Amino acid sequence: MPTDPNPPHGPRPATGGGWSFAVIGGVVLVAAGAFAYAGGWLTPNRLTPARMVAALSNRGGHPAGHRRNHSKGVCFTGVFEANGRGAEYSTAPMLASGRFAVVGRFAIAVGNPAAPDIMGRVQSMAIRIVSPNGEEWRSGMNNSPVFVVSNPKDFYQLTLAQAVDPATGKPNPAAAKHFFATHPASAAFNRWTQTAPWTGSWADQTYNSLNAFRFIDARGEKHTVRWSMEPTATPSPIPKASLATLGPQFLHDDLVRRLSSGPLTWRLVVTLAEPGDPSADATRAWPADRKHVDVGTLVVQRAEDEAAGPCRDINYDPTILPHGIVVSDDPLLPARSAAYARSFDLRTAESAQYPAHPAGGHQ
Amino acid sequence: MKSKRNTFSSLQRGLHWLMAAMVLAMLFIGVTMVSTLRPGFLTLVAIHKPLGISILVLVVLRLAVRWRYGAPALPDDLPPILAAGAKLSHLALYALLIAMPLIGWGMLSAGGYPVVIFGSVQLPPILPANDQLHAALRTAHTVLAYLFFATILLHIAAALFHGLIRRDGVLQTMTGGQGRAVDRIRSRGAP
Repeated sequence: MPTDPNPPHGPRPATGGGWSFAVIGGVVLVAAGAFAYAGGWLTPNRLTPARMVAALSNRGGHPAGHRRNHSKGVCFTGVFEANGRGAEYSTAPMLASGRFAVVGRFAIAVGNPAAPDIMGRVQSMAIRIVSPNGEEWRSGMNNSPVFVVSNPKDFYQLTLAQAVDPATGKPNPAAAKHFFATHPASAAFNRWTQTAPWTGSWADQTYNSLNAFRFIDARGEKHTVRWSMEPTATPSPIPKASLATLGPQFLHDDLVRRLSSGPLTWRLVVTLAEPGDPSADATRAWPADRKHVDVGTLVVQRAEDEAAGPCRDINYDPTILPHGIVVSDDPLLPARSAAYARSFDLRTAESAQYPAHPAGGHQ
Repeated sequence: MKSKRNTFSSLQRGLHWLMAAMVLAMLFIGVTMVSTLRPGFLTLVAIHKPLGISILVLVVLRLAVRWRYGAPALPDDLPPILAAGAKLSHLALYALLIAMPLIGWGMLSAGGYPVVIFGSVQLPPILPANDQLHAALRTAHTVLAYLFFATILLHIAAALFHGLIRRDGVLQTMTGGQGRAVDRIRSRGAP
């Protein structure tokens, strides 16, 4: 091959220079290294959704195929009847006056899907409200007035403290004690667990969004809010000692019994923050005198076992929101979304271990 | 389809570099978002979905442009094994450009998620909600993402091999540059 004295205008000899190979190898290595760093493989201490969900899965029982938190629950279907008063604060389609289909789930905050109901000090309601144009509002709410921690790191530490020791089948009580002794932000939550009356029902509880969100109104103005599902059922507190005699499914049995004589209802009440109210700290309640707006009624019509029910394959990710509602700066929300997705990915891959019931009412 | 050009058309080069940036962003966003619980998670997800759909739209455009303009020929003296590798890897890249967004869209559909692009702009589901379908597509999305990144590394290494070691003008078909040296010689001699 002839050499050209003027390389840009003719063929250049192929050069197998070691430097060129080094450059190519270097480019590939740097790119691969950056990718590995982004994926967290070079930082094994990073708190990933996989680590969080692995910790949640280590709290007793056999959670494969099930949600990794609030693992025991029951599906329900019903409607949300919006009265239109929420439309002043948000353009969300399901806050305009109307009736919207709901698929929801009552659960207890445990990691073991076979835990007896008395283990559920924290009870929850999850809902998916669908608007006619296909937008969705998903929410997972607890009956505690505040959350136990304000950030994902603390939640991970708490979850580790709840790990079940395979030798005893129980968590080490000293671990939780140590956690709470070193995390004073959990005090308000602990006051609630120690003083709130126990209940034998999902029906008489208030379920709180805990995290703050922002409503966006038709003028584009943002309103920082939290919301609650307030029961119309009369509270029926029961001493814990009496609950212990009721059998492992008393919440399920109570729900079925109540629904056999008619629907259960909750009022969806939105609380509007005042400037200075914490939007990024779910351990802190807002003052009681904040404006409350009753935006509609949730009507729970029918309960279905989870394996056969329409909630089995729904991820109640609280960041799935219609237009007119957006997340706040609460760091728990992105963490919930990421961890719920991981839990959903795992359980859909494990569905053989928790088969959808053939008679299931999938919608 | 072979082009008589020494380089890809400027439209093809523009699409290539635009999509290169988009795809690399997608892959880095993808591996980051599935490994973080930090507040950036939601932002990354909010970018990932519309960016993926944009790539799907652009790859259709790109294939149409490729069909219309073709591609410069590989050098005649390229060993057949490398020529075959080049063909295969480009086929894989095009297949992944099409498959990844469709699998992502299908996976969200099968998972029962609304496919929100922006605000109230949603795409319809392309598959029925089904847990096993979701699981299969979710796994495929991850495995193919790694394969995609590996193929891109190979593509970059091959491009640099042409540009730095063989110096045969193949890299310049996409950078613009001074065009294909060998073809220039050939075209000088052609009638």
